[in-house]
Parts: sequence; C-alpha cells; structure tokens
Amino acid sequence: MPKEKLSRDTQKETLRKVLDRVLVYKLPLLLSLILAALVVAGSLYLPILTGQGVDCILGPGQVDFSTLLGILVRMGVTILITALAQWFMNRCNNLITYHVSRDLRNQAMDKIQVLPLSYLDTHSVGSILSRVIADVDQLADGLLLGFTQLFSGVLTILGTLLFMFRVNGLITLLVVCLTPLSLVVASFIAKRTYHLFLEQSRVRGRQTALIDEMIGGQKVVQAFGREAAALEEFDQVNETLRDCSGKATFFSSLTNPCTRFVNNMVYAAVCVAGALLVISGKITVGSLSALLSYANQYTKPFNEISGVVTELQNALACGARVLEIIEAPAQVPDAPDAATLVPDGRVGMDHVSFSYTPDRPLIQDYCLQVKPGQRVALVGPTGCGKTTVINLLMRFYDVDKGAVTVAGEDIRNVTRESLRASYGMVLQETWLKRGSIRENLTMGKPDATQEEIIAAAKASHAHSFIQRLPQGYDTIIGEDGGSLSQGQKQLLCIARVMLCLPPMLILDEATSSIDTRTEIKIQQAFATMMKGRTSFIVAHRLSTIRQADVILVMKDGQIIEQGNHESLLAQNGFYAKLYNSQFEE
Amino acid sequence: MKKLLVYLREYTLECIVSPLFKMLEAGFDLCVPLVVAAVIDVGIAGNDRSYILWMCLVLVVLGLVGLACSLVAQWYAAKAAVGFAAKVRHALFEHILSLSYTQQDNQGTATLITRMTSDINQLQNGVNMALRLMLRSPFVVFGAMVMAFTIDWQAALIFVVVIPLLCLVIFGIMALSMPLQKQVQGGLDQVLGITRENLTGVRVIRAFNRQGPEGERFRGANQALDRLQQFTGKISGATNPLTFVIINLGIVAILYTGGIRVNTGSLTQGQVVALVNYMNQILVELVKMANTIVLEVKAMASAARVQAALELPVGQETRLVGKTGDSSHPVAVEFQEVSARYQGAGADSLSEISFQALRGQTIGVIGGTGCGKTTLVNLIPRFYDASRGRVLVDGVDVKDYDLQDLRRRVGVVPQKAVLFRGTIRENLLWGNENATDDQLWQALEIAQAAQVVRDKPGGLEEEVEQGGRNFSGGQRQRLTIARALVRRPEILILDDSASALDFATDAALRKALRSLPDRPTVFIVSQRAASLRFAGQILVLDDGAVVGHGTHDQLLESCPVYKEIYDSQFKLPGEEGRKNA
Repeated sequence: MPKEKLSRDTQKETLRKVLDRVLVYKLPLLLSLILAALVVAGSLYLPILTGQGVDCILGPGQVDFSTLLGILVRMGVTILITALAQWFMNRCNNLITYHVSRDLRNQAMDKIQVLPLSYLDTHSVGSILSRVIADVDQLADGLLLGFTQLFSGVLTILGTLLFMFRVNGLITLLVVCLTPLSLVVASFIAKRTYHLFLEQSRVRGRQTALIDEMIGGQKVVQAFGREAAALEEFDQVNETLRDCSGKATFFSSLTNPCTRFVNNMVYAAVCVAGALLVISGKITVGSLSALLSYANQYTKPFNEISGVVTELQNALACGARVLEIIEAPAQVPDAPDAATLVPDGRVGMDHVSFSYTPDRPLIQDYCLQVKPGQRVALVGPTGCGKTTVINLLMRFYDVDKGAVTVAGEDIRNVTRESLRASYGMVLQETWLKRGSIRENLTMGKPDATQEEIIAAAKASHAHSFIQRLPQGYDTIIGEDGGSLSQGQKQLLCIARVMLCLPPMLILDEATSSIDTRTEIKIQQAFATMMKGRTSFIVAHRLSTIRQADVILVMKDGQIIEQGNHESLLAQNGFYAKLYNSQFEE
Repeated sequence: MKKLLVYLREYTLECIVSPLFKMLEAGFDLCVPLVVAAVIDVGIAGNDRSYILWMCLVLVVLGLVGLACSLVAQWYAAKAAVGFAAKVRHALFEHILSLSYTQQDNQGTATLITRMTSDINQLQNGVNMALRLMLRSPFVVFGAMVMAFTIDWQAALIFVVVIPLLCLVIFGIMALSMPLQKQVQGGLDQVLGITRENLTGVRVIRAFNRQGPEGERFRGANQALDRLQQFTGKISGATNPLTFVIINLGIVAILYTGGIRVNTGSLTQGQVVALVNYMNQILVELVKMANTIVLEVKAMASAARVQAALELPVGQETRLVGKTGDSSHPVAVEFQEVSARYQGAGADSLSEISFQALRGQTIGVIGGTGCGKTTLVNLIPRFYDASRGRVLVDGVDVKDYDLQDLRRRVGVVPQKAVLFRGTIRENLLWGNENATDDQLWQALEIAQAAQVVRDKPGGLEEEVEQGGRNFSGGQRQRLTIARALVRRPEILILDDSASALDFATDAALRKALRSLPDRPTVFIVSQRAASLRFAGQILVLDDGAVVGHGTHDQLLESCPVYKEIYDSQFKLPGEEGRKNA
C-alpha cells in the first residue's frame, strides 16, 4: 500500500523526536549495538573456521586430526558465544521496542485527556485510534527492526569485505562488482511493480466500497429488486481486480527468482575464479569454501538494507502521525489563580459570540440571564445546534467573545473541575463504560455507599431492572452498555447524575426509540431531579417545552427567538410555526 | 475448505504445473553443491582448468533453467490464486445478496463484509503461497538429506539427527508462541478498548472529572501489554539462536566425521564441502516453511469462514411461478391472525394480528420501541415470514407470489435512510428504471425533496457519496421517500420515515401524499401521535399485540395506551405541581 511521503525536513524532525524517546533507554541500546557487532563477527568467523577445517582434510591418510580438533573446539565456542549474543540482543531490542511503544501510548493518552473538544470533534475516533494503536506498533517495530538491520547489515558487508580481502583481493573485487547487480534487478522490479500495486489497491478500494454499500444497504437492494444489477456492477469490478491483481502478484513475485539467479551467477563466478586460484596455488580449498559461503551471505544484507529504507520511511510516516497527536496543542489550562466555583444557580451569557469555524458565525452578541431554579428549554429542528449551548455551558468549547458566567463569575476564572462538578449532565447518546453497573453509577461519586447507590437508583426508577440483572449491581456491562436497552441505558445515566446531584442540570430528552412506559419513568426521574435546580433541557416534548421558564428557539445554529411559551406564540414567528404544524390537517 | 476447491477446478492445470516447476527449480538448486564438489575433487585435484570452466558453464545453465522454471511456476500460481479468489468472491457476493432479512440479521453486515474482503484476500494469498512453497520447501529439505545419502550414508546420518531437531525447535517455539500471540492481541484489544471509550465518552468523562482514574486504567492496561510482549518476545526470540546452534554444530559434526571418513579414503574433500553446503541450505528453507505454515493456518481459518458464509441457508422459499394478485381488489392488504417470531427469539414479536387495509386508505401504526411496528409492515413485502397466520396482498397470500412481483407492488421507505453512490437520478431510478424526468420531479415534489435537489448545483445529476453522507439526515429521508414514490407503488410503507423531519415538513409531506393521483394504500409507522391523527385507521401496538384499532377520536376514548402516548406528547404531566413551585 502506498503511504504518504514526508518531506525531508519533517522526516528529519520526526526522526529526531523519535530518537529522543528511544534514547531514554541508552544502556540497552548500547548493549544491543555491541551484541549485534558480536553476532556479525561470530557468523563471519565461522565460515573461515569451516574453511580451515576443510583444509585439514586433504585426502586419505592426509588428515591433520590435532589441528582439526582444535578448530572444531574453537567453532563450538564461537557458536555458543554468537548464539548467546543473539539471544541477548533480541532481548534488548524487545525491551526498547515495547517500552518505547508503551511510552508513546501513555503520552498520547495523557494528551487525549487534555485535548480541546474541538480537536476530538473534528477528528474521527477511528483515525485517532489507528494512530494510538496501529501506528505506534508500526513505528516501534519498523524503526527498531530497521535500525538493527541497517546496523548489522552494514557491519556484515564491511566484515565480509575485510575477511574476503584477507583471503584474496581478486575475488573480493569480483564479488563487489557483481553483487550490486541483484540490487539493480530488485529495484528495477520494485519500480515496475509499484504502479501495478497502486492500481490493485485502487481497484480493491473501489470493490470494498461497493461491497460495503451493497451489503450494508442490502435490505434496500432487495426491497427494490436490484440484486441482479448489483451483481452485474460487482462483476465488472471483480474482473478488473482479477486482471490487475494477477499482474501485480506475478510481477512482484519475480523479485526472488531474479535476485536468486543473479546470486547464482555470482556464486558460479566465485567458484570458477576460486578454483583456478587454488590450482595456481594462491589459495586453499578451505578458503574457496569460505569464499563461497561468503558469496552466499554477502547478498543477503544488501537485500535487507534495500528493504530497510522503505521500512524506515514508513515507520517515520507513522511516527509523524503519532507525534501529531502527542504534540497537538492542549486546551487552555485553568488560570493559575482559578477559584473553586461555588454555584448559586445563576447562569448567564454576557454578550457571547461563538462559532466553530470563523467563516460560519453562529452565536453573536448573545445575552441570557437564568435565575436560580429556572428551567431553560432548547427547542428547534434536529441539527440546529442545541449541543452548542451545552458545549459552552460545560466549557467544552470556549466562547470567542463575551463570557459565560455562573454565580456571576466568568467560567474561565474558575477551575474546570469545579465548574463541571456543578452540573449534572444526561445526554441523549447514553455513554456507559465497560465495567460493572456500580462502577458506572459511581462515576461522579467514587466513594458512594451501597445505600446511597440504591437510593439514587430507586429515585431514577433503575433499581428494579438492575436487580433483575444476573449479578445485580455487580453485573458487568459491555462496551457502550452492551445488552441493555436504550431506555435502560438512559435510566442508568440518570441514576449516575442522581447519585451526586449537582446544583445545575443539563438534560437531553430522547427523541425516539424508547417505549412509552420507560419514557414516562424517565420523565418522572427528570422531574424529581429538576426540583429546585437550574436546568437546561434539550426538549422535544411539548409538555416539557410549555413548562419551561425560558425557551430558546434555535435554527441553523443560531438562537433566533427567546421567551416563554405564551410570549413566543404571541410573537407568531418560527416557534409558533413549529408548534402549530403539529395540529395541522 | 473442501467445498471451496470447486472454484479451483478450472485451474487444475495451473495447480499442477506451478508446484511441479517449483520442484524442478529446487532440484536444480540441489545440484549446485554436487557441481562444486566435482570442481574440487576433479578439476582442482586433477589441475584440469577446462573442466573447471565447463562446470562453471553447468552452474550458469542450472541457474538459467532454474529461473525459467521459477517464472513459469510464479505465473501459474498467480493466475490460479487470483482467478480462484475472483470466483469465490463472485459466488459469495451472489449468495449474500440472496440471503433473507432474517439471515442478514443473524449474521450481521460487518461479518459478511469481512468475509467478502479480508478473508478472501487472505485466501488468495494462501493459495498463491501454497502453490509456490508448500511443496518446494519440504522438497529442498528432504532433497538435501537424500543428496547427502548419495554422497555418504554415514555422514548423512547427521542430517537425520539435525532435521528433526530443527523441526522440533522451529515448530515447537511456533506452537508455544501462538497462544501467547493471541494473548498479546487480547492485551492490545484492551488498550484499544480503553482508548476508544475515552474518545467516545469524552464529554461524560470530563463532565464527571474522571480523566485521572481513566488515565490510570489506561496505564495499567498498557503496562500489562508491555510485560506480555516482553515475555512472548523472550520465547519467540529463542528460535534464531537455537537453530543457529543446531546447524553449526551439525557442520562441526560433518567436519569431524568427514575427517575420519576422508582419512580412510571413503570420502573426498570436495564431498565434505558439498555436505556443509547442503546443511546450510536446510535452514533457510525450514524458516520459509514455518512462515508459510503460519500463513496457511490463517488462510485455512479464512477459508472455513468463507465456506460457512457460502453455506448459509437463504432462509426463505420462493415460488418460481407465483400467483398474481388482482390490483383492483378492494382489500389491498389483509392480516389474518398473523404471528411472527424472530429466529432464536423466545417470544413472538407479533401475536394474532388481524386487520384489513382498504385500497387507498391510510393506516397508522403506533406504539413504543420494540412493540412490533416495523415487524408488522415488513411482513407485507415478505421481508420476513409470518410464523402463523396469513398475510394477503391484493387477495393473494404473499407466500404464493413471485417475490419480485410482490415487491414491485410495494414501495418501502425504511427507518434508516440509505442512499447509494451515484447521482441523485440514479438513486431515484431504483424505484423504476423507466421513469421520465417529469415523474422524478413529481415524486420529489411530493416527498418535499424538490427544493433539496434544486439547491444542489448539479440538480438531478448531483453526486451522492457513499451512504449519502453528503446529505443531511432529513434530506436523505426525503430522497428515500421520493425513491419509493417513483415506483408508483400500490402500497406505500413509511417506516418511521419522517423522524428527522421537523413538524412542518412532516405535515406538508402527509398532505401531499393524500393528493397522490393513483391513491396508494399508505402505511405510516410513527412514534408521533401527531403524524397519525388523520389516518383512516390506527393500529396501536403494545408488546406485539394490537391493543387499539380505530380512528384517532375513537382511540382517545377507548384505548388507554394510545391516550398515554398522546398525553405524554401533548399534555402537561403534573401541571399543578410545577406551576405553583
């Protein structure tokens, strides 16, 4: 798969930052390098010893046993040392790789906790997840593997050349001149196949999109009897995919046989040249055997190194993506002298202007005073921006101009923690975490007693269904509520707030998908909570709306009308139109 | 796996030729050490330069022939694997498209899509590598041993010891580390799960000031993953050193035995070199073999999943030659004591439903979530089958229809508004391929979607992205309504299709529907009492049973559930308590 390429500067920059994180583990890194050198030396020394051993075995009656035994013992020791070095090197590398990924993930998570909501709202969960999980993996893997391979590859090449040169200069020259050929062949094939792979992944992407769409919307496909048309469209893409996939597969599979062929030719050349030198008495048969195994070994690091470059580039691209999160600007921290908020139920908006993007102004110079205990209903068509108000009240977003005040205090002058602890929030997207019911309920009050928990659950009509669950309050629920119904999840969210019961509330009425009986329970629970508390309600139900002290009518992200039910009807504006359309024939 | 082999049958030739040529290539590779031995024993020992040059030529020829064989093998392997995958993909896609709604619900869309994509890709790769390596690697390993035997059976005994030892180490460590790898994957899933939770629940977590504990939880899982990875790495990292030791000790043994045997004249120097070379060849191939086996195990698992998907029963019988209903029958739809139960469910989702929908009438269906509203309307175009009772459309049991004929009579607007990639026009033409522009615009007008289309620069030719994500929820709903209207159906089903519309648009839509020239029978499923007020008859469902049946006014009098729903939406509960507070 083609990955985006980074510019040289960002590459260097990323490399430096990643290295900083690797250098935390200096000792293992140093050890790893030393051990790698040891491994290379050992594996290069063995063919020489083997060659010397062969030279002791000339022919019948001409075997020098005492020297041979000495050589064999030396081989045994070398083998053991090399193997041990290999194992410890691997341990060091694992240590570095996994610790670095752990550190990167922790840093990413720390950052996620303080990122402004505007960042999280504009980046899909999937893309952030793939950075924290897959990209970190690839970065650590690719980088370390790349480095060790590069390091031991270069060492092997240099070592081989040195050893070979000591045996015979002519043959070394031969090998040095010929081996790059296999690299040339490999990169030639890689270049030629690159566009084939691009094409393949393009067509495959097209096919996946089609599959996704047709199977995802299969019920509609069947309802309209479009099965045959869908299959026909699919077959077209499928045929194209078969063709280009076949080509890509074949041409890329040429690399191995072709480089193997070049290597075989090098081998043949060394064999002939070496044999001729043996005849002329320049080298021994043992040296020839050592040279031959070098010729075999010599091309391997070359092939590895050529792969390393792309691997490193890929790892750096992943690194850049991970660092983008880690280095994303955090939200504005609480002011150093931020006070702890003491809420008294007053909430205000003082000439507030706000927009998500500068070119699309939403709220402009808006003022609102809410007295303690008042109910504010947010009303308007779906997608009209009711959550914007919640975002501002909870300080998930900061206003552009003006100020949101609580108890007369600009909320930017108080700690986020105390501000948010003053609100109880029940959103329509009921979010529950994986864990027991109890853990979920005590989110706002971790030290709540069993009695308090049960009391809160009873008050929010959740107790009876919780009791019916297999392990009651200790039942583990899966990610996002698992097998609970939408209504039950909502009741749990209410109980969660009921337990800590802050002085101000933000509630979101469910639009649909809850049965009537549960719905009534939820409304009763809402009513219990709201008694004497300043509440903001995203309202869909007429009854809720009519009860509100202040109704904010929103459209296209803006607050266009404000007042109570009667005064708004008298205005005969958008609200009146909305209201009347319910009764129209 | 076996059943999938059918799709390879057309590539039988390729499947024989490819491994055969791979083996040929390996055979030529195996000859190389023998040639080198001859160079040493004949050429060097006899000071015969021309012999050496001749042998060199032999090496070149061996290389060339090997390359040629290999190219042939790769070509046929690629052809067979890719062709096979294309055939399986076609067969599976066709099969999935024929699955009934029940089967789709049971399987889940995501699973089916994975079968179609990554599983089949895995399978294609598996076939390709199997053809290329499954025979070659064992052939080289055992070939090397056999060659060793032809040189000297006593020295060859070393191979008999080394090869099983290597296999033991390689496959043993593989067997040990595979379950550990699974644990590592599990640990990674944990980390992923916590991260996802922290992203999806960010508002709640911050509202409750839980960043600290959540961060701790993440660190804990992350640390556990690190430890698990280190442990797994320790075990799988033993492979390289161990195989290195075994192979090289094997070489030591060859040199030692070789020394003795050469001394007595039963072996030559060149042959010792050849034996060493064979020893070196074994390791590379065994490692390749181990990797191929990992790949093939994965491919087999994918194959099993693909086959299971292919063997899913379609889940519904249809008539090849169906009866045809009379489109002027006064009763458009009739339910006769219909019960329905989803597969595997413990209780009926609909029980004993009976009613008649007259031609041209509007029928409202109301009730809470999970009360069976959608199930009821889904029985009409036979998306699901009734478990008891009969559903009649135009006087004929839906089970006696040809499915296509039945579904042509019905226009469905499903709850979830799904559009497909293409232009708006292409999407609308799904309803009726021969519709004229006038008919399209007429449908758009009625569906309150004409303005949406007019506002787009491309008009009818405006591109719709996958899933229609370049349109808002309300726009999509209106377009799907238009798509159903283009069909000019006898029966129109709106399954909670106006939920994303504001009250005003909803009202305008209902008004327009009543003015349709061919007066279809309309089913409106809704949670909003306001949407159904003026329906000819309203069915009130509660827990799968009809608890009320009549007009709005009748139901307000006679049906407590309906009144409850209506009141919850229109009246103020506890009016007195609040006003005085």
